[in-house]
Amino acid sequence: MRATIQEKDKKKIPLLPYLLILPTMIFVALFTAWPTVLSIYQSFFLQRMNIAKFREPTFVGFQNYIDLFADPSFHQTLVNTLIYVLGTVPLSMLLGFTFALLVNRKIRGVGMARLAFFHPMVLPMVSAATIWLFFFTPNYGLFNSALRLFGYSGPQNWAGNPSMALLAVMIVAIWKNSGFYMIFYLAGMQNLPSEVYEAAALDGASSWQALWAITIPLLRRTTVFVTTIAFIDAFRTVDHIFVITQGGPSGASTVLLYKLWQVRFEYQNVGAAAAITVMFVALLLVFTVSNFIFSERKEA
Amino acid sequence: MNIGMQSRGWGAKIGEWLITILTYAIAILWSIPILWAIVASFRPASEPMSVGDVWFGSALTIANYTRALSLAPFGQYYINTIIIVTTILVFQIVFITLAGFAFAHFQFPGKRFLFFFILLQMMIPTTALLAPNFSTIRQLGLFDTRLAVAIPYFGSAFGMLLMRQAFLEVPRDLVDAGTIDGCSWWQLLLHIYLPPSVPALVAFGLSSVAWHWNEFLWPLIVTISDSTRPLTTGLVRFTQLGEIGAQWSLLSAATLIVIAPLFLLFLIFQRRFIQSFLHSGLK
Repeated sequence: MRATIQEKDKKKIPLLPYLLILPTMIFVALFTAWPTVLSIYQSFFLQRMNIAKFREPTFVGFQNYIDLFADPSFHQTLVNTLIYVLGTVPLSMLLGFTFALLVNRKIRGVGMARLAFFHPMVLPMVSAATIWLFFFTPNYGLFNSALRLFGYSGPQNWAGNPSMALLAVMIVAIWKNSGFYMIFYLAGMQNLPSEVYEAAALDGASSWQALWAITIPLLRRTTVFVTTIAFIDAFRTVDHIFVITQGGPSGASTVLLYKLWQVRFEYQNVGAAAAITVMFVALLLVFTVSNFIFSERKEA
Repeated sequence: MNIGMQSRGWGAKIGEWLITILTYAIAILWSIPILWAIVASFRPASEPMSVGDVWFGSALTIANYTRALSLAPFGQYYINTIIIVTTILVFQIVFITLAGFAFAHFQFPGKRFLFFFILLQMMIPTTALLAPNFSTIRQLGLFDTRLAVAIPYFGSAFGMLLMRQAFLEVPRDLVDAGTIDGCSWWQLLLHIYLPPSVPALVAFGLSSVAWHWNEFLWPLIVTISDSTRPLTTGLVRFTQLGEIGAQWSLLSAATLIVIAPLFLLFLIFQRRFIQSFLHSGLK
């Protein structure tokens, strides 16, 4: 029945389905496929818009890649990216999970508590960062006052201190994202079968044991999903760096995407920017494809 | 249903209490930045800003808001953001509905290939391609227009996927009945496929608005004038104005001007927003 109807549709207007997907195809081609190809191509050329004799592209083979890997500031960027990603992702996820546990209970004011944890998510990152800017300032920053209570009097201008700048932007990211991951865990927890917990309680399992033996294993899928979006988000959000540190001081808080912006739009180096784009896309593909494979498997 | 729902005498009860107190404590801690910004934005600019001063000061004023509005064209930024977000939303809704319908309803040669081609967009986040996309915008002659900010997002693989899924859940019998009654393709779409799929469309729309309202890096690259710049880049420009310096009450007011509408919308439609974020998993 269905086949014959679709047969009929196809014979009547064979072009229709192609026309329906055409708009989407055009924009995916123009802003995803084409720029990817263009970046690979441009990455083999020397082209710098701010130097007259290099404005026209010249083929240089792998020179852009070689130069990047010989550049100590690019090494620093890679190390910073690693610290940033590995520092923010697990901690925000752990906090998200903990928050979900805390607010997945019937207590008074639980709605307000959920809102408190979740609200940073809807703030634009630049606004959140602008507020946080104050907390990192030397004389009246909240952090410094808090630290002074514990007798600490070390570096105080977080954003201007090479050893604190990266930490400052990481704190903002963790504050902003934990609540977002919380809602996935909360939704996961609310779908868990309550009979299992009742059975465990009858068997004399403590809440702590139930958490490790039931909640965490059953939320494995949520964890895999959240891990993927958390990693991608950590790689592609640099808005707060623009507000708080501008990548500085002397590159101390520059991560990959910020570097890409800097190389392309400050140094006007098209070839090097293309090479970074290619590496960045390759890196992101690892995470997105693994997520895609996982979610496909979930449907099966 | 999980930690500590079982009552086990006094020990468990006290534990329960402690966890509840801990919950409130962290919730308050987590809200300090936004609460601080709200209070600070109403404090006179001349007041000291040390810890305690902001919370326990006495005078309240709206001078910071009027001053922020006079120093930067936030009204224009609002208009720009609203135009950008609406343009994206309208194009996305039309395009994902059509594409989702095509993939859910028709069989056609090359369907699988085209489907995966579109899904490419979910695997390579547009943010990563800002450098080559900037060249494209230049070549299209769109630099420093609101359209430049919006156009890369007109096609949405994710939205297409979401709509296809929603359409596939429409009972086949309904579709067949419609076809037998002689419905044309757009009547099928409008009267049979779309009505039960509206929640999916709303979920997608909310997360699209939230995501593009907050976007910063792409507009920073493709706009340079006040007539095209959205709120986010406008705010960052404002913070970098020479005369602003470290006037925290003024900065807080500007920040809140930017945050307020979406935040109020979120407070009102909290449940819907959260559902939509859950649905999408993307911001």
